[in-house]
Amino acid sequence: MFNIITRNGLILALFALCCTGLVASVNFFTGDRIIEQQRKQLAGVLEQIIPNHLHDNELTDDCILVTNKEFLGSDEALPVYIAKMNQQPVAIAIEAIAPDGYNGDIKIILGVNNNSELLGVRTLTHQETPGLGDKIELRKSDWVLSLSGIQYDPNDKPMAVKKDGGDIDQFTGATITPRAYVNAINNALSFVADNRESLYNTVNHCGREHD
Amino acid sequence: MTNYREIAWQGLWKNNPGLVQLLGLCPLLAVTATVTNALGLGLATLIVLVGSNILVSLVREYVPKEIRIPVFVMIIAALVTCVQLLINAYAYGLYLSLGIFLPLIVTNCVIIGRAEAFASRNNVTSAAFDGLMMGVGFTAILVVLGGMRELLGQGTLFDGAELLLGDWASSLTIQVFNVDTPFLLAMLPPGAFIAMGLLIALKNVIDDKIEQRKPQQEAEIIARARITKVG
Repeated sequence: MFNIITRNGLILALFALCCTGLVASVNFFTGDRIIEQQRKQLAGVLEQIIPNHLHDNELTDDCILVTNKEFLGSDEALPVYIAKMNQQPVAIAIEAIAPDGYNGDIKIILGVNNNSELLGVRTLTHQETPGLGDKIELRKSDWVLSLSGIQYDPNDKPMAVKKDGGDIDQFTGATITPRAYVNAINNALSFVADNRESLYNTVNHCGREHD
Repeated sequence: MTNYREIAWQGLWKNNPGLVQLLGLCPLLAVTATVTNALGLGLATLIVLVGSNILVSLVREYVPKEIRIPVFVMIIAALVTCVQLLINAYAYGLYLSLGIFLPLIVTNCVIIGRAEAFASRNNVTSAAFDGLMMGVGFTAILVVLGGMRELLGQGTLFDGAELLLGDWASSLTIQVFNVDTPFLLAMLPPGAFIAMGLLIALKNVIDDKIEQRKPQQEAEIIARARITKVG
């Protein structure tokens, strides 16, 4: 009896070892490529919101982490990428979360220049209704492109969708999603406007040399 | 059980994992909103299925009966993790759009089911063939379902094919007709249930037709035989 248990235990352990070995070796061979893919994906998104001709640094290497529940919508630390031209900061790409989407968090990333002008915004992740709320994806609709160029002015009333008396076109069939989206942009823009200097002066957190 | 025609017939039609065994319904219903996603998940499942059938068949002599299930689960989990890592490295767009359903292949009962019911009792070649046929059958159902839903939902086929096949495939996307507001029911999970029900019904109708034709042929022969006898 005891012998059988020992034998089965050993066989199980042997299989566990082999399986772990298999996964570890595949992980070893694909690890670099996966990191490279993620970096490429990120760089692709960043290029859409801060065009390459505006800066000469590698955005993915120049980032800091900030946490601000009130303006960025999350308890978690979110990355901020700083675009520089000739060592001078010219724009910021900041991730933010719209916590009040129709179906949970909408994670967005937006680019802002030194004049608090919105250079561009993209949706990173969301679970909005397919066919209605998912027009915040560039693949489905170019609605997000219509938001570029918005100017943040602390003295003016915050921008809003038309239903709330603002100028932003909401899209057919959904109100909650664009409202949450626009609010998140407002908050992020005002966060950047209020904290620009301290963001520029924070020491680089991530990037290749800190991996 | 080494009859390959029988194995193929079982996997592709008679015992199709999607239509008859109704296994792996969770990914079946969740990711089939587009053909591309359906094909991607189908192929990933197929690779895991063939791999796990081969490995299980290889080790079947050395695994005592009492611990076979944990060993099979371990093999399947390791294979799924490897496939996930490979897709993550070589088809990152697809990895992002399949999301959680890729690691969830582990829980797809088709795989453990075939390991236990077939691979643990048969030699390596027939186990591999069984995995291939079951995988192809499952993929086919996923693709048909994905095609139905994508066509009804947004009027396209192969939308986002470049995620799976690389940039050249973006020209594969076919805009069959244009819709301003997509047909939501087709894109949401309830639509998947309805489409799945229709497919199963269709299969049953075809099976009934085949079934009906058989005795009729026999009856004709008998009738003729009787006539000749009378004549």
